[in-house]
Amino acid sequence: MWSNLPLFPARASSMAGHVDALYFALVAITAFFTILISALILFFAVRYRKERNPQATQIHGSTALELMWTGIPLGIVMIIFVWSSVIFFIQTRPPKGAMEVYAVGKQWMWKFQHTEGQREINQLHVPVGRDVRMIMTSQDVIHDFYVPAFRIKADVLPGRYTSTWFHATAAGRYHLFCAEYCGTQHSGMVGEVIAMEPADYDRWAAGGVDGSLASAGEKSFQQYGCSMCHRADAAGRGPNLIGVFGKPVLLDDGRTVSADESYVRESILNPGAKIASGFKNIMPTFEGQLSEEEVIGLVAYVKALGNGSANLPLPVSEPNSGVYPVAPKTEGSVVKSDKTATPPTNAAPAKPAAKP
Amino acid sequence: METASHTVESKTNYLNADYGIKSWLLTTDHKRIALLYLISITSFFFVGSFFAMLIRLELLTPAGDLVLSDTYNKLFTMHGIVMIFLFLIPSIPAVLGNFLVPMMVGAKDLAFPRLNLASWYIFITGAAFILYAILTGGVDTGWTFYTPFSTTFSNTNVVTAALGVFITGFSSIFTGLNIIVTVHRMRAPGLTWRRLPLFIWANYAASVIMVLGTPVLAITLVLVALERVFHIGIFDARLGGDPLLFQHLFWFYSHPAVYIMILPGMGVISEVIACFSRKRVFGYDFIAMSSIAIAVLGFLVWAHHMFVAGISTYAALIFSMLSFFVAIPSAVKVFNWTATLYKGSITFETPMLYTFAFIGLFTIGGLTGVFLASVGLDLHVTDTYFVVAHFHYVMVGGMVTAFMGGLHFWWPKITGKMYPEAFAKLSAVLVFVGFNLTFFPQFLLGYMGMPRRYHAYPPEFQVLNVLSTAGASILAVGFLMPMVYFMWSLQYGKDAGPNPYRAAGLEWMTSSPPPTFNFDETPVVTWEAYNYDEIDAPNKGVEIAG
Repeated sequence: MWSNLPLFPARASSMAGHVDALYFALVAITAFFTILISALILFFAVRYRKERNPQATQIHGSTALELMWTGIPLGIVMIIFVWSSVIFFIQTRPPKGAMEVYAVGKQWMWKFQHTEGQREINQLHVPVGRDVRMIMTSQDVIHDFYVPAFRIKADVLPGRYTSTWFHATAAGRYHLFCAEYCGTQHSGMVGEVIAMEPADYDRWAAGGVDGSLASAGEKSFQQYGCSMCHRADAAGRGPNLIGVFGKPVLLDDGRTVSADESYVRESILNPGAKIASGFKNIMPTFEGQLSEEEVIGLVAYVKALGNGSANLPLPVSEPNSGVYPVAPKTEGSVVKSDKTATPPTNAAPAKPAAKP
Repeated sequence: METASHTVESKTNYLNADYGIKSWLLTTDHKRIALLYLISITSFFFVGSFFAMLIRLELLTPAGDLVLSDTYNKLFTMHGIVMIFLFLIPSIPAVLGNFLVPMMVGAKDLAFPRLNLASWYIFITGAAFILYAILTGGVDTGWTFYTPFSTTFSNTNVVTAALGVFITGFSSIFTGLNIIVTVHRMRAPGLTWRRLPLFIWANYAASVIMVLGTPVLAITLVLVALERVFHIGIFDARLGGDPLLFQHLFWFYSHPAVYIMILPGMGVISEVIACFSRKRVFGYDFIAMSSIAIAVLGFLVWAHHMFVAGISTYAALIFSMLSFFVAIPSAVKVFNWTATLYKGSITFETPMLYTFAFIGLFTIGGLTGVFLASVGLDLHVTDTYFVVAHFHYVMVGGMVTAFMGGLHFWWPKITGKMYPEAFAKLSAVLVFVGFNLTFFPQFLLGYMGMPRRYHAYPPEFQVLNVLSTAGASILAVGFLMPMVYFMWSLQYGKDAGPNPYRAAGLEWMTSSPPPTFNFDETPVVTWEAYNYDEIDAPNKGVEIAG
């Protein structure tokens, strides 16, 4: 056991250097003040012990000293504040063009989906030398994606996407921990991040996949009937989704939101929350019908539509074919943008809802 | 020293004024209630320590092989709940504060003696719920009750435990209210605010937090219970709630609660260091005001527990900056205590040893807090053993050390008996050594990335965990020894006399143990706090610098 006593974590990301530098500076400051205070206490305790100094000299205080030991620590911590904030900005702003990996945490495992289509459990393959952005959500309680060797950590929440990013600098296998207590097997919710040389990674990513994440999303898009309303022309009762992702969207209450992953997710699961201007609140919710993985596929597909790397499919079946049950709250006749008189579909899922 | 003429010869004191269990359970004497609290929280301290020992034993080996995962999760949850709500929060305010605040301000009792007794019964009722939750299967949410785990996913006694915590909150509010009103309304003639002992300032500041903060925790726990029992969507995203709302509400109380725990400890340190260096505390005004500053700033920093939780970048930056500010008043205190030693006439009785330990350990605890306030670094170390080490340096190295120091310092006043000095010094040294061996390795573990609340861990973390467990066994001996010699001293200790340390302060001007109404006649104060120059005549005069 003694041969295996590391006192410092592996350093395997571009972030590690920044964080470690601040850490060492703070260790130095802590050591300095701890030694200063301890040395003063020891010195005074010996120098002014009763045997040597039988009579104390009363001193009320010193405003100059008070100002000094208020001002100097304040100056030091403000420098630390600026320094740590600069690091924080790097940590929270993923570089443009980062490759994206989706993660779903659940009691007690990590599920990863690569845009190329690879799916993994408790293992995450990433290339060295490229920026990787994690887009994460939880299926149940709060989890936390923590890779000590990369010095990154982010909570993974149910009901929304959170994100973090890293740039691995050394090939190797690194611990992945769940760092937010999540129940019985919390300490079993661990895995490995496997950082690979880019060529090895590309080989790995190309192997044994029958379609990208976006193409899986496209299948869901048809299967759940999204394509009935979200059409490639202006005739759909829902917004045309081509070129939407990443752009500002004008809402019917005059606000503007950025069409990011969280907005797309919300629009699928809680469509009434933020209605795009010019459209009615007629879309049924898919809450409880889609698994988080399917939502991620749809998000990836909408994203691909946004940058033109995918096209909207034709509707899977003709309107009024009787395949789809009519949603209870249609009121299609009063829909302003309704050009087709097709009732919106409730898109009966092909399989039972994954979630309880 | 006029009132000191009333000495040991006096036979009637608060302990022998009345006998029988009823005279204790129905007492409204703040000193007896303080003893009821002392007995209760000491028991809970050992309950919490027992859980801690099981945790440390489990972590001796990387595999989770001593207890089941669920059991382990319950152990750290119950360790946290018992130690925080049943020991740390009431420790100094309800025991030493209860005993000393009226005496230090020259009053016969607290402002509301029956409310004081009620607070103990409420505390015991809340504790009973918590113990019931433990005995009937425990709780596994962590002491933080994070949602939606606590409201939807945990199958344990969440509501019972939360109800217990909810109830103990009222005892905390009552104690705080009593201290605030007593300090405002019942000071002896001549005892102006700036003549108050710093222990009073510290407990006053802590009481303000108790009164203002505790209701928020109570509301939060009620909401947890409502969501858990009636599935009202408040915190669970699937019910339309927001899990971060819980964290905001919870930490709005629970960060200031850290200052409820540490501020009274700081008050003890000011008293002890003045006595054993025979000096007025350096920078009295600054120490007093820093207590108030901590109480105010403490309410503005809660979201530093949430830097990785998904709050916005700019919110995180603001809370980061405010968290740095709260470090400053603590630093001011440490510097002033150190300066108090300068040109003192220092002796090394047990309370003073604890005080030295406090200053060193609190300095480390405080400075490692700066690591966590640094948001860019917090992302790596939060939710790891670094945080565990940090808050144990503040809570055990700081608060428990101060409590032990205070208990030794005022033991002669409380019981009229001296504790055995040699054993006490040995136990102080054991606590210091054991504590550091237990918790220093955890800083290293945390930076290496070992997450907290892990039942099993990768093998490379074992050596440091073994050191930590070894330290915990020394710490346990250090805490068990005082139990034995304090008990022993009740029977065999030397009579203390009214003021064995020739300490300043009104509480030392009456007999030990004090009479039921503390003073035979209300003292009139004509001197500043810590008038050691007058006590240690020949008077060399007061040197005013700056």
